Amino acid sequence: MLRDYIVFLARAFVLSFSGSRLFYAWMALLTVVAAIGGHVFCRQLVDGLELTGMTDQISWGVYIANFTFLVGLAAAAVMLVIPAYIYRNQDMHDVVLFGELLAIAAIIMCLLFVTVDLGRPDRFWHMTPYLGKFNFPSSMLAWDVVVLLGYLLVNVHICGYLLYMKYLGRKATPLFYMPFIIISIAWAVSIHTVTAFLYVGLVGRPFWNTAIVAPRFLGSAFTAGPGILIIAFQIIRYYMGYQISDRAIHTLRNIVTASLLINLFLLSCETYKEFYAASSHSSSARYLFFGLEHLGHYYGKLVPWIWTAVLMQLAAGIILIIPPVARKIVFLNIACVLANIGIWIEKGMGMVVPGFVPTPQGTVVEYAPTWSETLICLGIWAFGLLLFSWMLHLAVPIMMGKFSFRDRVGVATEAESKAYAA
Amino acid sequence: MPNDSDDPSRTGSSSCRADPGQEGMGRRELLKAGMGTMAALATLAGVTAPLLSLRDGPSLDEFLQRHYTQLTPEMMEKILARIEHEIAFRYGVKTSVRDYKPIPDVEFAYALNLNRCNGSRRCVYACMKENNIPLDHPEQAYIRVVELDNDSLDLEEGNVLYNHDQVPQEGKYYIPIQCQQCRKPPCTKVCPVQATWTEPDGVTVIDYNWCIGCRYCMAACPYEARRFNWSRPKFEPEQINPDMGYLSNRIRPRGVVEKCHFCLHRTRQGKNPACAEACPTGARVFGNIRDPKGKINFILKNKRVYILKADAKTIPRFYYFFDR
Repeated sequence: MLRDYIVFLARAFVLSFSGSRLFYAWMALLTVVAAIGGHVFCRQLVDGLELTGMTDQISWGVYIANFTFLVGLAAAAVMLVIPAYIYRNQDMHDVVLFGELLAIAAIIMCLLFVTVDLGRPDRFWHMTPYLGKFNFPSSMLAWDVVVLLGYLLVNVHICGYLLYMKYLGRKATPLFYMPFIIISIAWAVSIHTVTAFLYVGLVGRPFWNTAIVAPRFLGSAFTAGPGILIIAFQIIRYYMGYQISDRAIHTLRNIVTASLLINLFLLSCETYKEFYAASSHSSSARYLFFGLEHLGHYYGKLVPWIWTAVLMQLAAGIILIIPPVARKIVFLNIACVLANIGIWIEKGMGMVVPGFVPTPQGTVVEYAPTWSETLICLGIWAFGLLLFSWMLHLAVPIMMGKFSFRDRVGVATEAESKAYAA
Repeated sequence: MPNDSDDPSRTGSSSCRADPGQEGMGRRELLKAGMGTMAALATLAGVTAPLLSLRDGPSLDEFLQRHYTQLTPEMMEKILARIEHEIAFRYGVKTSVRDYKPIPDVEFAYALNLNRCNGSRRCVYACMKENNIPLDHPEQAYIRVVELDNDSLDLEEGNVLYNHDQVPQEGKYYIPIQCQQCRKPPCTKVCPVQATWTEPDGVTVIDYNWCIGCRYCMAACPYEARRFNWSRPKFEPEQINPDMGYLSNRIRPRGVVEKCHFCLHRTRQGKNPACAEACPTGARVFGNIRDPKGKINFILKNKRVYILKADAKTIPRFYYFFDR
C-alpha cells in the first residue's frame, strides 16, 4: 500500500517535468514572473513595507484587495460541488474536480497575499494555537485563518483521495469523501462570509460596516469563479484533450448570469442607501464614485476605476441575459472576462481603499500601488497559475485513465504526450 | 505541436526513475536533469539575493520570544538586556529599558480643555521627543491636532496640516487627537495574536516583539490613533531618549504597530505624560479617575464634557471639555 503510494508520488514527480514544448514554455513563463515577484518580496523583507504605497491612513492596499477577490474564487467551487454531488448532475460531475483544484490554488494565493502584507512574516507562528497566542474566537482574522486552512485541507483531501483512487483504478468509497463534500459546501460559504465579517465588524469604518457585504461577496464570488472556470474548461478541452461537454459550460453560464444579476442588484441597494440617505457615513462612497473635495483639493483616483467596473459588469449582464447571444461561446467568454475584471476592481481596490477614505480624523489621503507591490502581486498570481496548471497536468491524465497504477512502467510518457499534443 | 512519444530515451527515463529497481538513465536525460537543477538553483539564488543585505533580522532569542504575559521576571530581565544591547549596537546609545508595571488602584484618564488649547502643537513635539519618534517622520506622531472653524464639530471639515505663523487663528479652535484608551477598545478585539491589550491601569499597550504587523487594529481604530513602522526608524544618537519602557517608548522594530500609551514609563512612576507637561496653556489634565477627589473627577462633575465619536460606544478614557 505505502509502496504503491510512494511509487505514485515518484511517477507524479516525473510526469510534472515531462510535457510538450508549449507546456514547458507556459510553465517557464509563469516561473519567471513568480521568481521576479519572489525577488521583490525578498527586497520588501529587507527594506520593509515602505516599498509599498500604503500609509498610516490607508493601511491596507492591493495585497488585501487581491486576497479578498481570491477568497471568492476559492468559495466559488461550491457552485460546481452542489450540482455535481447533491443533484448528481453528470456534466458537473465530470468537471467538479477542476473547481476544487482551482479552490486549492486560490486559497494558497490568499495565504501568500496575507503573508506579503504582514510587517513581520517571521512571526507568523504567533498565530499557532497553544504555541502562540491565537485570539480565537474574538478576532475575525483568527477566524479567517481557521476557515481558510480548514477549507484548504478539506479540498486537498477530496481531490487527493478521488484522484488517487482513480489512479489505482478503484472505486472511491463514499464514506471517505462524501462527508467532506458536505462539509466543504458549508465551509465554502463560511470562508467568504468570514472574510466579509472581517470588514463588517469595524465600527469606525462605515463604508464596510454594513450587513450587505457578505451577500455581495458571495454574489460576486459566484460570478467570478464559474466565469473563470468557463474559460479554463475551454483551455483544458482544447489543449489537454479532456472531453468537457458544452452542457457543463452552459450550466455554469446560468450560474454566472444569476449571480451577476444578484451582485448588480446588491450593489445598487448599497449605492441607493449611500446616496439617497447621504449622511457623513456616505463620504467613502462619494469618494469612490465621484471623488471628494478636501481643503481645496480634489481627490478622485478611484473614480475611473469604479465606473469601469460597473460598466464592465453591466455589459456582461446585458450579454448574459440575451440567451441567443450568451450561447455563442465568443460572447460568453467576453462576458466572463468583463465580469471578472469588473468584480476584481469592485471588490478589490473598490472595496478596500474607500473604507480608509476619508480617515476617521477627517483627512483625505489617496493610495496607489507602487511597482514593487504590483510585481509581488503579479508574482503571486503567476505562482497560483503555475500551481493550478501543475495540478491539471497531473489530474487530467489520471481522470482520462492515461496515468494509472496498472501501466506504471513506461506508459506515463505516452499518456502525457497524447494528452498534451494538440 | 511536436509529439515526443516516439523518443525512446524519454520513455526510458520516466520509467526507470519511477521504478528505482531499473538501470540508470541515459546521458542525455542526465544532462537535462542536471541543467534543470542548475536553472532551479540559479533562480532560487536570484530570488533570495536581496536577503543578503538584511541587517535588522530577528536574532534566534527574539524569534523564539514568548508573549508578554507568558514571560517570567528572569526571562524579562534577559530580554531587556538584549534590547539595550541591540539599541547600543544599532544606534550607538546607552539606554535603560525597563518593564514598568501598573500601580494598583490607579486608572489613568485624560481631560483636555478645548477653550484653552491654542493649536501650538507643543504636545506633538514633546511626544515625539519623549517617545523616540523619528523627527523626519512627523506623520508618525501619536498626536494629531485638527483645526476646526468655531461653528463646526465635523472632523471632515477640519485640517490637520495647518501651518500658520501664529496660533490660534481667529475663528478657529483645535482638537488634539491621540489614542483615546477606550474601555471597549475595538483594536484589541481584532488582533489575531493578542499583541495588544488593555492593562489594569486602563492603558492599551502593544508588545512590539509579538505584533505580526497585519494592521487590522489600524483599520479597527475609530480614532486613527495607531501608526505602523513602515521602515526601520533612523536616529542621530543625540535624538534618542534613553529612558525607555518595554511597552512604551523603546525604539520600535520595523514592521509593527505603535501608538500613544499615556507615557506609561513616566506615568507609572507618578509623573505626567510628556504632552501634558509640554502644554503651554494648561489645557491638558492627566490623572487617576479612581481618585474621587482628583482633578479628572472634578472636571467630569463640573464641566461640559464630551467624548469623540460617542456613537462608536468605545467609551474612551480621554475626555474633551469646555470651560465656558
